[in-house]
Amino acid sequence: MADLKQSLDTIETVVKTSYTCEGTSSWDCVLRSRQQGRPGAKTFIDLICDSFMELHGDRLYGDDPAMIGGIGMVGGRAITFIGNRKGANFKENVLCNYGMSNPEGYRKALRLAKQAEKFGRPVVCFIDTPGAYPGLGAEERGIGQAIAENLKVFSTLKTPVLCFIIGEGGSGGALGIGVGDKLYMLEHAVYSVITPEGFASILLRDPSKAKEAAEAMKMTSHHLKEFSVIHDIIPERSTEQTAQAIKETIIRDLDVLCNKPLDNLVRYRLKKIRGIGEVSGGKEWWQPLLEVFTKTESLR
Amino acid sequence: MPDLCPHCQKEVALDAYRICPACNHYFPLTIAQRLELIVDAGSFVEMSAEMRSRNPISLAGYEDKLKENEKKSSLNDAVTIGSCTIEGDNAIIAIMSFAFMGGSMGSVVGEKITQAMIEGALRGWPVIIFTASGGARMQEGIFSLMQMAKTASAAALLEETKTPLFLVLTNPTTGGVTASFAMLGDVILAEPGAIIGFAGPRVIEGTIREKLPEGFQRSEFQQSKGFVDALVSRDKLKQTLSFLIKTHTRKEAAHG
Ligand SMILES: [Zn+2]
Repeated sequence: MADLKQSLDTIETVVKTSYTCEGTSSWDCVLRSRQQGRPGAKTFIDLICDSFMELHGDRLYGDDPAMIGGIGMVGGRAITFIGNRKGANFKENVLCNYGMSNPEGYRKALRLAKQAEKFGRPVVCFIDTPGAYPGLGAEERGIGQAIAENLKVFSTLKTPVLCFIIGEGGSGGALGIGVGDKLYMLEHAVYSVITPEGFASILLRDPSKAKEAAEAMKMTSHHLKEFSVIHDIIPERSTEQTAQAIKETIIRDLDVLCNKPLDNLVRYRLKKIRGIGEVSGGKEWWQPLLEVFTKTESLR
Repeated sequence: MPDLCPHCQKEVALDAYRICPACNHYFPLTIAQRLELIVDAGSFVEMSAEMRSRNPISLAGYEDKLKENEKKSSLNDAVTIGSCTIEGDNAIIAIMSFAFMGGSMGSVVGEKITQAMIEGALRGWPVIIFTASGGARMQEGIFSLMQMAKTASAAALLEETKTPLFLVLTNPTTGGVTASFAMLGDVILAEPGAIIGFAGPRVIEGTIREKLPEGFQRSEFQQSKGFVDALVSRDKLKQTLSFLIKTHTRKEAAHG
């Protein structure tokens, strides 16, 4: 009940206040990112694309409604879109597992990404999931393997990949469609290794301390920009205006990335991925990585 | 001195393999014990031994926790990497330690696993990784999540350079490690009876609201579901790895 009250307060704040999230608490962002009625991947795809065709299935087991994929036309350019789907109402929420994908979802994403690579289409991913589905069937069909394979293939996919965290970026389930050349977050989106509730119950040993956990985890767009984990923050205004801002970012980035030699594109992507992490006593790593690239080329 | 088996509760005398003679339970191995069973005597040369974690999200208490674990385990973090020979063949080896913060993957584990793989790709030596991990190191926030992408992208480079990657999954291998490099081996071996999975059993029970079936997420289950190539008992691991190294040598193209 307290949560509901808080949610309502948050809605009020969203309606009243301006674009910047600075000053709002991390917990506010968590609540906003989960808000029922917050625009999802499909809403943005429809607003961004002149036309869009959804493609279903992983060709292995089934079609996961919690993952949407397909091809859209944006200003004369064909783009493969992949996104988590939570559903717009309760019935759809249940159908889509609240945006938690089974292995089939990740394997559909992988199939469509490889298809995009084959036909020289860039890929745009919209991330909005609490995490991968923690179910019996998901484990039986290898949810860990499915995510791992995506991380591997997306990291060297020879076509530009842009990722947008539009709501909840939850753990490995979010990362499974979150490896690309550029990573953006909507202003009130969050991205974390575990939910604040999970962090609170495991590390703080008190599930009621989710609010404190959210603060300590540094999971808002502003924190992640500071950490250089994301490239930029996209301000949230009306749904149409936000969609327009995303569209402009896509067009601007693709104008640059689509003209880069593919080998260079992959090198920059790997360099960026390789550089994240803080250790002491580490050694120089870019030179060895370059040598591996040279070796790779000599093997071709 | 006899050891108490946590599985069958019997007092048992263990040999170097540390397998309970009464119930076949696999006791965890220290780095030294593992090396003794797998690599040729005196061949191990450690790399990046001095690398230590920092506190990237400035989380209160994390630094103390690290010091406490260093003292308790005599390790600097949850993975040890280096070069070695196995039955005379060169290899890069990485061994995770559950004893250090539950084998969790933070920046150091991600970086050292990546270094091991890059080193293998450069030297053209097979890379062997022994996993033991509860998942991501939550104390490092988003940085721990990013190590999944980092290690998986290193595995992609091994693929491009046709460098063999062999995994040996030991108890337990779960969470972010399962959803990254642990599932990316050319051959994936597992010790019998190990827990291997993505989501924790209690989380899944909470989702399905019933008890999980017997043997769920054990190595045997993972083999039957198609995610593990072979279950190998500890006394056969060295010869199995040697066989794999010898059968995965890339032949130089004749027209080279
Ligand atoms: Zn026993």
